[in-house]
Amino acid sequence: MTFDYEKYIRPGKLPHIWCPGCGHGIVMKGLIRAIDKCGLQKNRTAIVSGIGCASRLPGYVDFNTVHTAHGRAAAFATGMKMADPDMTVICTGGDGDGVAIGGNHFIHACRRNIDLTYVIMNNHIYGMTGGQFSPCTPTDAFASTTPYGNPDPIFDISKLAIGAGATFVARTTAYHATQIDKLITEGIKHKGMAVIEVLDCCPTSYGRRNKFRSVVEMMKQHKDIAVPVTAAAKMSEEQLAGKILTGVLHKENKPEYCEQYAKLINKVQNPTSK
Amino acid sequence: MAKKSALLQGNEACAHGAIYAGCTFFGGYPITPSSEIAEVMSKLLPKVGGKFIQMEDEIGAMAAIIGASLCGHKVLDATSGPGMSLKQELMGYACIAEVPCVIVNVMRGGPSTGMPTGPSQSDVMQAKWGTHGDHAAIAVAPASCQEIFSETVRAFNLAETYRMPVQILVDEIIAHMREKIVFPEPGELEVVSRRKPEVGPDQYKPFDPSFGDVPPLAAMGSDYRFHVTGLNKAPDGFPTTKAELVDAEERRQIRKVNDHAAAIEKNEEYLMDDAEVAIVAFGISSRSARMAVDILRGEGVKAGLFRPITIWPFPEKRVAEIGRQVKAIVVPEMNLGQLIHAVERSTKGSCILDGVGRVDGEPLTPDQIMDKVKEVL
Amino acid sequence: MAERYEIRFSGAGGQGLITAGIILAEAASIVEGKNAVQSQSYGPEARGGASKSEVIISDAPIDYPKATQVNACLALTQEAADKYSVGIKPDGLLLLDSDLVKNIPQGDFKVYQFPIIRTAKEDIGREIVANVVALGAMVALTDIVSYEACEQAVLSRVPPAFKELNQKAYETGFKKMKELMK
Repeated sequence: MTFDYEKYIRPGKLPHIWCPGCGHGIVMKGLIRAIDKCGLQKNRTAIVSGIGCASRLPGYVDFNTVHTAHGRAAAFATGMKMADPDMTVICTGGDGDGVAIGGNHFIHACRRNIDLTYVIMNNHIYGMTGGQFSPCTPTDAFASTTPYGNPDPIFDISKLAIGAGATFVARTTAYHATQIDKLITEGIKHKGMAVIEVLDCCPTSYGRRNKFRSVVEMMKQHKDIAVPVTAAAKMSEEQLAGKILTGVLHKENKPEYCEQYAKLINKVQNPTSK
Repeated sequence: MAKKSALLQGNEACAHGAIYAGCTFFGGYPITPSSEIAEVMSKLLPKVGGKFIQMEDEIGAMAAIIGASLCGHKVLDATSGPGMSLKQELMGYACIAEVPCVIVNVMRGGPSTGMPTGPSQSDVMQAKWGTHGDHAAIAVAPASCQEIFSETVRAFNLAETYRMPVQILVDEIIAHMREKIVFPEPGELEVVSRRKPEVGPDQYKPFDPSFGDVPPLAAMGSDYRFHVTGLNKAPDGFPTTKAELVDAEERRQIRKVNDHAAAIEKNEEYLMDDAEVAIVAFGISSRSARMAVDILRGEGVKAGLFRPITIWPFPEKRVAEIGRQVKAIVVPEMNLGQLIHAVERSTKGSCILDGVGRVDGEPLTPDQIMDKVKEVL
Repeated sequence: MAERYEIRFSGAGGQGLITAGIILAEAASIVEGKNAVQSQSYGPEARGGASKSEVIISDAPIDYPKATQVNACLALTQEAADKYSVGIKPDGLLLLDSDLVKNIPQGDFKVYQFPIIRTAKEDIGREIVANVVALGAMVALTDIVSYEACEQAVLSRVPPAFKELNQKAYETGFKKMKELMK
């Protein structure tokens, strides 16, 4: 039987705004499958985003959804999770939204290890505003504000999340569609801050300027450079040059923020009990 | 039994007022001279099962309280000038998404870092027009520690009633000085909570104008689920660019305050009945002004004090009447002319109008106000 | 307008003068039921620098919360004495630490002095209670609250283990001042 996406799509809200060939739809379907696998109740699930193409996702899906301001998804979500710790809170958004303007909120959500699942669609560009370079645009690549090639080095979002203290970090690409829901499922089930980075394609704003003749070519590149972490362990440095690791990159158990705060409340209210 | 009393700083009184009002969530970021509010909230909230979070920056603090409010909490944030400037985008978000929240701005000198430990009243216009776009604003400005307590309660009531951000403007002097507070008993001050939906989840629209200019707000995570955005939206909460819907929503959000201005306004008048000169002042300057009025009366000058406790919406009608009654109005404020614009807009040239400002980190003295009164008469 | 009485405690940051002001304001407002407002100068430094704490006491509501004409001023350092003795009203009172303030400010006020900090160190055994010694002395000097009211305010502020120490400091300051005034 085919999967019934309609169950989770808000009636009348499609078509979406995404361009033909954009990978955000693949990620949205993966997210829906993951939510279904986890058996989450619609009323007890919140999806929070910032601003940008990827941040339009919450409008299409039938949960509590908050389309916040540019970069602020993690901070809004932190308030919501603290307010209602038993609700599942998921953030979705793009690379510029998440780690440029929203970078501070992103790293501090990781540091707190608050139980959010952050699905970050990294398409290496600011798509909605017309293709300006983001902190994830590769060096030397072309964007509307790097007409001579990008002089900036990039942020590795997964490494940033691990360094900042997220306790579940995974990466995949829009090509690896079935891995998306697998990793998001694992992220939702993980108690603590989970970051799932999905390398995504923006044919309109990135592909066109960087000599990708088609979306297929962009996706093929993702396929070619993706190396599962398990396989990478057996590869040499030379073999890994230019590759990106996929799968669960980091997983550890650490105290979760809301649980820690619940303990604090208990301590304050019952000073004699241990 | 006598009621509980204590000598409290204005900032401490604010935190106690918030707890009285039912606040269960504080999101903040440390900034002088407001930090005591966060410190006291961090101590009080866990005792009542509430949550305190110190966020990574001022913007994050504002985001966190909006998020918590959407989940049904009464929420507070406290800051000062630079922090208030940073929060402005999300002040606008709380306006358009109609999320109740209370933000305290303990005013210091500025612009920029200004004088972190010095008092000021220079954020009057920011409180009205700080965020971009057309929007309504409510701001209250208490003048004593007891009043900070009661106005904090009222600020929560207004935020919950009108589904919007409400600012409490205090200056560093009132925030840090200590006065005796008598704690009101539970029930003594009115405490209002937001209106709950009157229809089932299948019919609920978060911005449905058929329920009035302030539609009920459900809590996310309850039986209701809905969408919120900072984009112009239709009554169902989803973005729209349809001209008639955008226009109707914009107008409703401003009308909900304008049409209820009389209920939101709160003023105090002192010796105004026969006054020939009125001093219009708020916060710390109103205290200097009241002393000036007493001294002037002793000297035979018929002076009176009009003190707006709600600054926005500004009590235009009453000030217009005063403008027709008196020969002159003097507006002392710790800035170089902000409230006076609102007075001028209200009096429309019906009397002599002059201001006296001070921006050196010291409060206006009664002498400075009296000199100005004598100068204009 | 009922009589305002203005008291200023000044010295260096960290000497506990803000606390002294708070205790006096509590004695006046909470214990004796008068009106009182306490405020302080407030700089970026937590220690050192010139610091002041002001208390206005009145039977009537207090409008302007800062000092206008100081009835009585305490100064524990030379810098504070130079900076904050300005504004004492004619016939006002100034209490100085005789060890630390060598250049006595000139003005139309009565000056009293004794080694306040040394008293705390030598008579009480702890320099940290110099502020309470000074508070006792200011109560004796001004008579603006009763000995008992302020004692009660002192004791309600300190942890049980330090009650005796502070009571002794308060009493000693009060008595030393009374002797000076004889």
